[in-house]
Amino acid sequence: MVANFAQRVPRARWTNALRQPPKPAISWFRRFRRLTPWIYLVVPLGLLTTFVYYPCVRLFYYSFTDWDGLTPHPSFVGLYNYRQIFSNPQYFDVFKVSLYYIGGAAVQIVVALYFATILSFNVRFRNFWKGVIFFPYLINGVAIAFIFNFFFAPGGTLDSVLKVIGYHNQYNSNGRLLSHHLWLGDPHLVNVSLAGVSVWRYLGLNFVLFLGAVQSIPGNLYEAAELDGASRWHQFRYIIAPGIRPLIGLSVILAVAGALAVFEVPYIMLLGANGSTTFVIRTVQTAFTFHEFGQASALAVVLLLIVLAITWVQRLVVPDKEVDLT
Amino acid sequence: MTTAVSGPPTTRAFRRTPAEQARQIAAEILKYASLVFAALCVIIPLLVFVFLSLKTNAKTNTTSPLSPPRSLDLHNYSVAFTQAKMTLAFTNTLIIMIFSISMTVIIGSMTAYAIDRFQFRGKRLVLGAFLVGSLVPTITTQVATFQVVKYFGLVGTLRAPIVLYLGTDIISIYIFLQFIRSIPISLDESARLEGASTFRIYRTIIFPLLRPAVATVVIIKAVAIYNDFYTPFLYLSGNPRLAVVSTALFTFKGPFGTQYNVLSAAALLIILPVLVLFLFLQKYIYNGFSNGAIK
Repeated sequence: MVANFAQRVPRARWTNALRQPPKPAISWFRRFRRLTPWIYLVVPLGLLTTFVYYPCVRLFYYSFTDWDGLTPHPSFVGLYNYRQIFSNPQYFDVFKVSLYYIGGAAVQIVVALYFATILSFNVRFRNFWKGVIFFPYLINGVAIAFIFNFFFAPGGTLDSVLKVIGYHNQYNSNGRLLSHHLWLGDPHLVNVSLAGVSVWRYLGLNFVLFLGAVQSIPGNLYEAAELDGASRWHQFRYIIAPGIRPLIGLSVILAVAGALAVFEVPYIMLLGANGSTTFVIRTVQTAFTFHEFGQASALAVVLLLIVLAITWVQRLVVPDKEVDLT
Repeated sequence: MTTAVSGPPTTRAFRRTPAEQARQIAAEILKYASLVFAALCVIIPLLVFVFLSLKTNAKTNTTSPLSPPRSLDLHNYSVAFTQAKMTLAFTNTLIIMIFSISMTVIIGSMTAYAIDRFQFRGKRLVLGAFLVGSLVPTITTQVATFQVVKYFGLVGTLRAPIVLYLGTDIISIYIFLQFIRSIPISLDESARLEGASTFRIYRTIIFPLLRPAVATVVIIKAVAIYNDFYTPFLYLSGNPRLAVVSTALFTFKGPFGTQYNVLSAAALLIILPVLVLFLFLQKYIYNGFSNGAIK
């Protein structure tokens, strides 16, 4: 065997090898060094493929089938599921619900910018305000849902506060409200109420991110601006806003993507009732309640494409370039 | 003029006319009014829940939600603690957190080390794969991810959330990459000249210097896992023994749907540990989230 193997080695290569300077040790080392990064990357790439990319590929495949989650060989239905999304109001209407959350996200970013700006100047009890505005972000979503179930309940927190500040309604002898807005029961109000909860919950994160960015702007810029007679608005407009523009762009994208992916709070509060069904609630219900995995996959693919498109547009509109303030 | 090194100055170097002064006072009033309003918006819903949790069910129905309780009655808390099986829920959450956070820290830092410190073919591709992966909203791909997790036989075990928090976490890799770039390469090189292996360089030089990044990742991950409802709801809700804090609270809604005094006590039991940690670790938490956002 061994002799046979040696005979097979072509003569030319032998002579070639003799002519070149010997470097087998180095090449072994190099080959190993070339392999080293992959040893570190095997696990993360494996996880990434298994739990992010492979599901994405399967999602595309399922979206063209009528799979019910059980049959091993689902039949191919072409674009039927996609046509359903854009023609059946049951699916299409959930896009309209997202608009309320996008509106909420806009309010959230403006308010977060406002508080980040005023709290980066000298304010009494600064840490207290900062902590209070940020804390809701740390609260468990289920707890938030419970808090706001009671907040919006008839005769709950909101109605009582409105009563205190003089918004009059009819009361019974105990001082409890008899007639009131149905904050969660009225299909015209429910999504406004829920978008409000979303702002309450996520404002703090945006605020803290903006505050960090505003504080990294060198202080002498404001001094110079003040000596030139710039007002606070001008300071915001010409120093703060351009200085944190990349972060504002990123926040807008995250807020819009987040507005499309709302699930927790409306699901726990109302199980999607009264027209509060969001895109993800509809997807989860379609898959795990009605076992229409093919249809649910098509919904997920559409959302995935929308989010990727938004991110792409953001990269085009707001480049990641650092803004030079000096 | 001012002593602040960075951040806006507040003292004025020049005089103002009375009209300007009046405007400034009005602006100050407006500023504090807006802060007080924001604080009330945050505090009132929470405070009402604290009041509720201390009232009896009968009192809840006869008094205004805004009126504080007459006496401190912790009965609701003991009902909530035993009924919601809080000990079990906190234990399960802690187990998931310990495993997935420690593994995220190890895997994330190693990935960043491999990507930043080695030149190899396909490096840009790997980086791109992580970047695009971070854009995929995991909440939507769950329909297909569920089948993968099911294939591995992990549905209904604590390993499902552990492996998902680990496998779909790309943000932490970015945080580590961000920090590792600020560690001078000369440190690695001098160690390599002394014959240290790549793993030894990672373990004794890189990892210790990544401590601030580790703190950031731990904080962001811990908050995300503690508050996540979707993953445990999808993968663990079949088995009551596998309840985590979110799902324990959620199942509580069934039997106590309208008994807000018990419900509020249960919710506050889950909020309380977070509040205590927040008060002690404020600085680190703010830094954690600020660092986490810079990509």
